[in-house]
Amino acid sequence: MRKLTLKQICGGIIAFIAVGIFPLLTTNTFAQHVVILFFMFGMMGVAWNIMGGYAGMFSFGQVAFFGIGAYTSSFLLITYHVTPWIGLIVGGLVAALVGAAIGYPCSNLRGHYFAIASIAFGEIVRTHFNNWKLIGAAEGLSLPMLNEGFKNFMFHSSKLPYYYIMLTFLIISLGICYLISTSKIGYYLRAIKESHDVAKVLGINVVRYRLIAIMTSAFLTAMAGTFYAQYVLYIDPESVMLLPISIQIVLISMLGGAGSVMGPVVGAAILIPISEVTRVWLGHKGTGVDMLIYGFLITLISVYQPKGVWGLFTNMGKRAK
Amino acid sequence: MKKVPCLEVNGITKHFGGLYANDHIDFSVEEGEIVSIIGPNGAGKSTLFNCITGFYPPNSGKAFFFGEEITHRRADTICKMGVARTFQVVQIIGDMTVLENVMTGALLRYANVGPAVKKAEEVLAFAGLGEKKDFLGTALTIADKKRLEVSMALATQPKLLMLDESMAGLTMVELRGMIDLTKRIREKGITLIVVEHVMEAVMEISDRVVVLNSGKKIMEGPPKEVVRHPGVIQAYLGERYVVSQ
Repeated sequence: MRKLTLKQICGGIIAFIAVGIFPLLTTNTFAQHVVILFFMFGMMGVAWNIMGGYAGMFSFGQVAFFGIGAYTSSFLLITYHVTPWIGLIVGGLVAALVGAAIGYPCSNLRGHYFAIASIAFGEIVRTHFNNWKLIGAAEGLSLPMLNEGFKNFMFHSSKLPYYYIMLTFLIISLGICYLISTSKIGYYLRAIKESHDVAKVLGINVVRYRLIAIMTSAFLTAMAGTFYAQYVLYIDPESVMLLPISIQIVLISMLGGAGSVMGPVVGAAILIPISEVTRVWLGHKGTGVDMLIYGFLITLISVYQPKGVWGLFTNMGKRAK
Repeated sequence: MKKVPCLEVNGITKHFGGLYANDHIDFSVEEGEIVSIIGPNGAGKSTLFNCITGFYPPNSGKAFFFGEEITHRRADTICKMGVARTFQVVQIIGDMTVLENVMTGALLRYANVGPAVKKAEEVLAFAGLGEKKDFLGTALTIADKKRLEVSMALATQPKLLMLDESMAGLTMVELRGMIDLTKRIREKGITLIVVEHVMEAVMEISDRVVVLNSGKKIMEGPPKEVVRHPGVIQAYLGERYVVSQ
């Protein structure tokens, strides 16, 4: 159906080379940091998109999966000295199971109601973690300083390994999203987004396919969580479980274009540098400036191109129909 | 041995509070038949459809599809067993093209997109929508949307197709096209149950007609008999009309 065109493939290769050599051209670690965050939020946007963009489940609780991923791998590392690479998988699985456990009873919730439930879910998880002594409660977890290296998922002398690991994660997420969007699952999710009735009448098991979307999304988001924990080496509920992170994930995807594979990456490429740069340049006085700019951009894009920035590119050829 | 009917409905009852939308409805449909269900607005036709296809759980009564009970099964399971339906208010996927809409239906029988596309193209050609396959669902006229919805249902490869007012609101030419399509669907060996208000169509396509009024079945028989039945005329036109005749 939607086959990749030659133009898209060339664009992809150029973009790939550009991001591949970018950190080698600059020694500015702040620039590298911004791009790493862009990859990370891009990945979470891609994961959100599988739920929100394709299946129409507007989740404002993604941060719970992010936090679960971060906490699971960190807890396993600190308590049982399990390598974060295994923690990454375990964290993903735990997040997917939690996602299924909350997604199943919410099977009939759509639109705003699902969004509200997802906010509640995120807040409930945060409150629990804030009071859960075993995992450090509000004090959070400090990861032990281990020897630098791939095995320990820790690099002290350079950000480059983090950069390439996150880039790989992002590409994996895009690959999964692309596979979903062009396969039976993707079409089924889009039918479910339109209406549960139309999906059922086409023989689609609505509950099963929604759970597939939630669990995939949760797994990928948790992977980003583990990465973040390894990257900053300190996590607490305030840094990995706050509602604004969920909102940022949604905004990124909506701005870039929900329901398209590349949309969230484009959104992250625009919004993350804005928020990081304003935060650093304006310091404490600048708190909220990025939100002002976000708000302005989102208003613009939703008025002129509801399909997001990515829709600006892809829709030009289709208008005639 | 008696042939197992395609669909057998035994005493289906559905009430919403004190309102009995379906009150002990019985009827059966043989394989290959076209049976119309008629009745004034609010007679319980759509509710009956919803009870049979798993959208509402009936309060009592059972429905059997080729001898297998389908009451209280999930709607998607019933569809998988071979019962497809359309809705009174057209249900299509607005942001998909016509082909993608039908292909999504075809995916019920195929694991991969490739063969499903082939099946969808075949169905669209059959339904006369082949030339519009790249249109967005929302860009179609109401007649084409109804055709598309029927095509989506056909793509799930049903044995029984239930059409809920697929002919309402069409022009004469479009109506002829829909009647023709319905007949061609039957020729493919698919059994049809049709809820319809357009009597011209009902008279032409039906083998039998079931008449509902206020949730009860008041009559069943060949179309010509049914329209002469005083109870039916009364249901549609009122008591004084019957007396004056």
